[in-house]
Formats: sequence, C-alpha cells, structure tokens
Amino acid sequence: MEDVRIDKKINIKGLICPYTFVKSKIAIEDMEVGEVLEILLDYEEASRSIPKSMEDHGHKVLKVEKINDTDWIIQVRKEKE
Amino acid sequence: MELTEDQLHRYSRHIILPEVGGKGQKKILSAKVFIVGAGGLGCPVGYYLAAAGVGTIGMIDNDTVELSNLQRQIAHSTKKLGVHKVDSAKETFESLNPDVKVIGIKDRISKDNILDLIKDYDIVVDGSDNFPTRYLVNDACVMLKKPLVSGAILRFEGQVTTILPGEGHCYRCLFEEMPPPGLVPSCQEAGVLGAITGVVGALQATEVLKLILGKGDVLKNTLLIYDALKVNFRRVKVPKNQNCPVCSDNPTITELQDYDAGYCRI
Repeated sequence: MEDVRIDKKINIKGLICPYTFVKSKIAIEDMEVGEVLEILLDYEEASRSIPKSMEDHGHKVLKVEKINDTDWIIQVRKEKE
Repeated sequence: MELTEDQLHRYSRHIILPEVGGKGQKKILSAKVFIVGAGGLGCPVGYYLAAAGVGTIGMIDNDTVELSNLQRQIAHSTKKLGVHKVDSAKETFESLNPDVKVIGIKDRISKDNILDLIKDYDIVVDGSDNFPTRYLVNDACVMLKKPLVSGAILRFEGQVTTILPGEGHCYRCLFEEMPPPGLVPSCQEAGVLGAITGVVGALQATEVLKLILGKGDVLKNTLLIYDALKVNFRRVKVPKNQNCPVCSDNPTITELQDYDAGYCRI
C-alpha cells in the first residue's frame, strides 16, 4: 500500500466511546476536504466504531491497523464538509 | 471559539450527530432566543434550549409562581411559590447549564416594548396563553422579519407552527382576526393536561434548534395539531394569504395595535 500524506494526527489513548468519536469528529471538522487524519487509540471498540461512524458521515477510511498489543491507528480522508 | 473539554462532554450526543457536530454546537452556543411567557410552554422550551446550550435566552413574564402552576410549569418548584417566574426559570436553567445566560424581564409584553425587546434575538418563541399576545407577537415578528415558533395548548390538544416572515405563512394567514372575547376558553376556564405542555414545548424547542442549525424541515406553511386523547398528530397546510393584513405585499396593519381592547387578561 502506498504511503499517504498525513495532514493531522491526534492521540486519543485513554478515551472511551463516545468521546473517541467526538474528538475524532472535531479534529476532522477543522480540516480541508481531501486531507487525511490519523487517529491513535487504545480502546478496542472504537477501532470498529470510528471507521463505521466516519463512513456514515461520508468520509473515506484508508487504514485501520493494530500496531501493538494495545494500540490502533486509523487513517481517514475527509471527503465532505 | 473552541469547545472546552467540559463542552465536548456535555454536548457529546449532539456533536456525534452528522447534522450537528462541533460546528452546529457552536451555532447553538452563539444563538439568542426570546421566549414569550415562562409558563406551561415557556418552561419546557427554555429547559430544553438551556440543556442544548443556547447561549442567550430572553424571557418575559410578569407573573409570580402559584401553586396551580406547578402541575405543568416544570422550571418552577414548590419552594419558588411567590417568586417571579422569570427569576425562578433563570435559576433553574442556569444551574442546569452554566453556558447559558438567561435574561429575565418582569413585565407584560406590549406594543410599546415588544419591538425593542426582540430586535436583538435570532428567533422568537411564543408560549403565551392569550390571543392579544399571540397576535401582538405575530405582527411584531412579521414587521421585524424574525422567525417565530408559535405554540398553544388547551385541554388535551396542542398546536405548533413556525412562521418565517417573507418565506411562509403568518398567524394571521391562519386566523386573520382574533376570536371574540369569551368564544375560546382559556386554560383557566377549560383546563389542560399538564404533560401536553411538555409535548408542545419540546416540539417548539426542536423547531428552534433546527432553525439554528439550518437542518431539516420546519413547520413552515403548516399547522401541527396534536390530539392526546386520540394519540394523533395531524399536519394542516396553511398557505400564505396573498391578502394577509400583516404579511402580504400590501398590508393594512403597518403598526402595532391596541390588542387588549375588549380582552380581559388572565
């Protein structure tokens, strides 16, 4: 998979739902269409719910990856305002 | 304006809605809504708008809390008997949400003060209990082009309509003149099931929030009628009256009138 340019990174480790998505959504709202947000998290349920919610909001999920025993990375491209 | 951590938590169920988000919540926090009456309708409207984070809520009412109010006027309480309703409501709403500033006005709304009172607000809500006020508020909102969410309740029935001057109908397109005094009974004469005020007030608050957010449809050119006994909601189309005395292109009412003539206020 080719590398994508990450425009903004947020670390929401320690947060649980729904604040995982609240934080992610606030972050992507402030970005431009076409930019990519990378989210670092450690709440397993959010590794499933954030991608689903982001797609429900019309954005494109580029990657969901478990990077170690506790953490995940999600990359989302903003597709609409 | 950035939302604080507390605000992200307080409004999280709003923020995760696609139609609201952080941007919509900021619109709500910046909004200014004026509520006519701190009674049966004003209480639930103000309560939900305060919970939603509407930044400035103006309220006018000249009455004090009486025991007979507490069957439906949920912003007040037994320990507030004798207190001005706007003071009681202000304490309730501001303790629910410190983001909200309530400006209470202890006065009767009249043709002499209404334009000045509502001019700095974005949206007006009518929660009054009498026809002279209903027509006064309608005419003033048409003249100032202020969106108006009007509600009414009696016995087991409620009505809600949203007036967008210049776009849709107004209250006089629906009922051109006030009914003669005595024809329509007041709540005092006919009674009202307390919970109905919550249904209608929550519908009014919802209309206000959609107007602030610019999302969804509102009750423009429509009267919503709720019949609690039959558990029925009915939508009645209300076309704009091209000859409306106040909102047509050639209005015959161009200044506010003496609406109280012949009416006894309760």
